[in-house]
Amino acid sequence: MDPGDNQPAPRILSSRLLTAVWAALACLTGLTMLLASIDLGFYNVLAALAIATAKALLVIAFFMHLKYEGRLLKGLLFLAFVLLAIFIGLTFLDLAFRAPGQS
Amino acid sequence: MPEPRRDQAGAKLGMWLFLYSEMVLFGGLFLLYAAYLHRYQPEFHRAAQGLDALLGGINTVVLITSSLFMALSLTALQTGQPGRCLGMLALTVLLGASFLVNKALEWGEKFQHGIYPGSPGVLALPPGEGTFYSLYFALTGLHGLHVLVGVVLLGVVMLMLWRGRLRQDHPALLENAGLYWHLVDLIWLFLFPLFYLIT
Repeated sequence: MDPGDNQPAPRILSSRLLTAVWAALACLTGLTMLLASIDLGFYNVLAALAIATAKALLVIAFFMHLKYEGRLLKGLLFLAFVLLAIFIGLTFLDLAFRAPGQS
Repeated sequence: MPEPRRDQAGAKLGMWLFLYSEMVLFGGLFLLYAAYLHRYQPEFHRAAQGLDALLGGINTVVLITSSLFMALSLTALQTGQPGRCLGMLALTVLLGASFLVNKALEWGEKFQHGIYPGSPGVLALPPGEGTFYSLYFALTGLHGLHVLVGVVLLGVVMLMLWRGRLRQDHPALLENAGLYWHLVDLIWLFLFPLFYLIT
């Protein structure tokens, strides 16, 4: 190890853990396809997005190792999400409160 | 010649910053999709029936499986098994390529029915349905381009590994290529329900 290298040893994820994450992702994919075949109206879109978000969090936490990273990377990810939420929130405020016929 | 000083944490931070910018890039396009879904809800539902959800589901499983092999390749390198790492990377590339083939077949089928960007067929569709297909081609096209770049990048990583330039004690290149590959998988996880499952 070269001098000045004070980084902690990287966490090695076991093949078993990674395979378990993959199995969860595959199950959630099956679930979202099953839910799509049932008509729940607009809740279909919400359910699909909720499952997609759960899958995304699994990928970020384990496949991308973010669970084991420091506060900096996690904080920056949070910042990116806040930024997107502001974009989406303000756009929909605009769309929701427009006078009819003014699109 | 002394070993060059490597900054593992810096390399990873740089990659993550790039990934955040990618998230905002796709986020803007998702926002466009959401705004049009809000305006043309029934049309989007009707247009989405023209896409094969089973084919989309198969592609989802292909990508998450490729992501598993990608993650396993890093574990293999970290535990000192470069041969196994190379094999896992080969499987990742193979699955990435089959995703692209699957996508090409899907697009080709649409093209045969006169549905391609800016085609008279798309323009003749009812307003919201044409918008759906324009967004479909823009988003899956940009995503497909990312998969293609990922496949090339993984090819370079495999070459470096083969030549012994990528080793257990400095896996930054493999880690960063993996992060990119997982992000591309992540974006597909949202594209799939939004285009295939809102029928």
